[in-house]
Amino acid sequence: MADLTSEFAGIQSPNPFWLASAPPTDKAYNVNRAFEAGWGGVVWKTLGEDPPVVNVSGPRYSTMFSNERRVIGLNNIELITDRPLQINLDEMRQIKKDWPDRALIASVMLPMNEKTWAKYIPIIEDTGADGFELNFGCPHGMSERGMGAAVGQVPEYIQMATEWAKKYARVPVIVKLTPNVTNILPVAHAAANGGADAVSLINTVNSIMRVNYDTLTMYPTTDGMGSHGGYCGAAVKPIALHMVAEIARNAETANVPISGIGGIGDWRDAVDFLALGASNVQVCTAAMVYGFKIIDDLTSGLSDFIDAKNLHTVSALVGKAVPSVTDWQHLNLNYVEKAVIDQDLCIKCGRCHIVCEDTSHQAITHTVKGERCFEVIDEECVGCNLCVSICPVDGCISMQQLTSGVDPRTGRDVQAEKATWTTHPNNPMAK
Amino acid sequence: MTDNLATERQADIRTGRLSDAEIEQNFTDKCPPLSHAEALIESDRCYFCYDAPCTEACPTEIDIPGFIQQIRSNNIKGSAQTILTENIMGGMCSRVCPTEILCEEVCVRNIHEDKPVSIGLLQRFATDPIIESNTELFSRGEDSGHTVAVVGAGPAGLSCAHRLSMLGHSVVLYNRDQKPGGLNEYGIAAYKAVNDFAQREVEYILSIGGIDVRSGVSLGSDLSFPDLQQQYDAVFLAFGLGGANKLGLPNEDIEGVLSAVDYISDLRQSENKGGLPVGNRVVVIGGGMTAVDIAVQSKRLGAEFVDIVYRRGAKQMGASRHEQELAQTSGVTIRHWAQPTRILLDDRVTGMQFERTELDAEGNLRGTGEHWSLDADIIFTAVGQTFTDEVFGEVAGDFEYQYGKLLVNDNRRTSVARTWAGGDCIFGHDDLTVTAVQDGKLAAIDIDRFLETGQQGDEAWQT
Repeated sequence: MADLTSEFAGIQSPNPFWLASAPPTDKAYNVNRAFEAGWGGVVWKTLGEDPPVVNVSGPRYSTMFSNERRVIGLNNIELITDRPLQINLDEMRQIKKDWPDRALIASVMLPMNEKTWAKYIPIIEDTGADGFELNFGCPHGMSERGMGAAVGQVPEYIQMATEWAKKYARVPVIVKLTPNVTNILPVAHAAANGGADAVSLINTVNSIMRVNYDTLTMYPTTDGMGSHGGYCGAAVKPIALHMVAEIARNAETANVPISGIGGIGDWRDAVDFLALGASNVQVCTAAMVYGFKIIDDLTSGLSDFIDAKNLHTVSALVGKAVPSVTDWQHLNLNYVEKAVIDQDLCIKCGRCHIVCEDTSHQAITHTVKGERCFEVIDEECVGCNLCVSICPVDGCISMQQLTSGVDPRTGRDVQAEKATWTTHPNNPMAK
Repeated sequence: MTDNLATERQADIRTGRLSDAEIEQNFTDKCPPLSHAEALIESDRCYFCYDAPCTEACPTEIDIPGFIQQIRSNNIKGSAQTILTENIMGGMCSRVCPTEILCEEVCVRNIHEDKPVSIGLLQRFATDPIIESNTELFSRGEDSGHTVAVVGAGPAGLSCAHRLSMLGHSVVLYNRDQKPGGLNEYGIAAYKAVNDFAQREVEYILSIGGIDVRSGVSLGSDLSFPDLQQQYDAVFLAFGLGGANKLGLPNEDIEGVLSAVDYISDLRQSENKGGLPVGNRVVVIGGGMTAVDIAVQSKRLGAEFVDIVYRRGAKQMGASRHEQELAQTSGVTIRHWAQPTRILLDDRVTGMQFERTELDAEGNLRGTGEHWSLDADIIFTAVGQTFTDEVFGEVAGDFEYQYGKLLVNDNRRTSVARTWAGGDCIFGHDDLTVTAVQDGKLAAIDIDRFLETGQQGDEAWQT
């Protein structure tokens, strides 16, 4: 049994799975249920100034479905907590008293003046919260008021607000980043410069889900009008993983602990984030789709995986895959792979043939000796992995390295030594 | 089963064996339609194969992955258009096609999970709303001035007439029966096409216009083939088969020995199924779909003991494995390797004697000399129907035949000028609705080619 206990920026929790700041952590009732289910920590739904904000009494969510009505992505326009601050503070204090071993993080979003931060940070900290998470990510509603993503898109603002939080807080400060930027590094770096103890990412992505086909209006609407929301769930995971890995592999930010967020639905998703540099993970959408019980699979799956890999602890897994992430220019151009189709597993659907034929390199047959048969034509195969990616049968098509001999496509010998674009003769900037 | 040839049993045949409620329950939809949610999940299972094996296996060459993709995108009308363009009877075929030996047999899903995509049910999901709402998907072509006679309003005749109308030709559709539909109306088990689906589909097909249906008119007795040839620009023959085959045993006309085809027809046309006389012990002779249909329906009407006796084994039965299983799960006993040798009787039938059969060294069927018998109140014969050339009268010799059926070329053209044929009356036909629809479609396309160009097209039809 692996040790799942987690320490994140000095904050202890019995496992690395926190509920992200969002509707599931809006009040004591939900948080109690989450802790009873086994979650390691919660980031309480974002607190703001009194009087509290007001939410719409219409659709706040909509989803993108698979055909089987599995939720692939979720969009929301809910704002920060709409309850009076004191109610939240009282409930947080009680929760921390009742669940001392769990992590309780206070998410905050405050206007950009130091006086406000000086006023609120201490009274929130007084609840016994283990840390702060600064919400610089929320992309809808609050950003129109100069908060949330409006701050998170400007490195100078991030640094300034982080400095204020650090000035008035004694507990660790985590800065939550918005993905609605062209490059995550400047904003992550700004958080670090402001003294952040950690960053968390990603917050939600600007999005409109679709159109209502009857009314030809955007969907969903409140009284006929709609507003862009924040997109999350499985669909955003690859975007989040890229941003996490960028921070983890960049020298200036590599030492900042990362709390990974974005589309974590099962333990494998958690492994992705941890291996690419996150020290713990936060979950929201999957809980909002299936309830808190998913924690059972998250913890047992991760535990079994860590055991199977002989890693013993979560921290031993953190960052394992980071060294494998690099820039394109450093990829080995002498390396050659060819697709291989396992004829025993092939069900002869022909999809590999038609996608290769129509959209790629005409490197897969449809007929061999008069029979329906799909085989790779090595003379044409560039090793692009499209057939592997779209084959409906797991393990049927695999990529195999050519280690020696002649590549039948290029007619050139396979070279053992590595060669990259940086030195390639076609590169006008070659060294 | 008994070895006692002389039986003391009283015949037990009566009406109303089951309550109306039980009858209604027994004759509900054998395979209920998919809900929208089920259809979406099932459609997601389709891999959208390249050059799909299912389409290859469909006698009407429906673009199956295409119509399933259209269901996925909630383009139900487009899906129905894809299906009905190739097979105007896609609705009935979704109910009666033996999909397990056609499209679903070759579905690539079988390879690893032994569970094909439910293509038949998806096809029904797409087509039912179109027939239900009588949504116009096809329109009559610009009038060509040509008129074609179609003989027989079964699947082949209706398919041909519809396609000819789309192509702008006028059609006079002669039908022996009072209702159009052929075996869809008179021959298919009631639980396969509930709620008068066969007639609703016919109405949909005829709603294209340009098809003049003349019912109660038989070729041979009411109209002659030479007259048809003279009056029309082209003739399509799709009058099916003649009378039911007989067992060839003495006393076959005695009370209690019935033709399965006739009884199924009565059952289909009956307003009150409980009013049909049903035997308690029913023996069915034959191994095809008709044998299964009459056996299962007898059971559902309240017969207590129903046996199908077939002279060869399960593999050789004309009824598909799926149909055989349906019979068995309905409580029908299927007995293989026995042929009828004697009708047991007093003043009516009391049972039937059989002889065990086997294959000799050359693979020919022979009796073993060992006999056994079954008690029976009713014996149904379901041993096929025969083509009869009497309908042609004096000109019967003008046609070429093979194994007693009309010989046609790939375009369904007969050896007689301006004459095409399809459905059960042609050689090579496998007695499926879907094949008949394809015959009609191909013939119509070739007739159109002929009428528009005056060319025989495929001159060497004989090859």
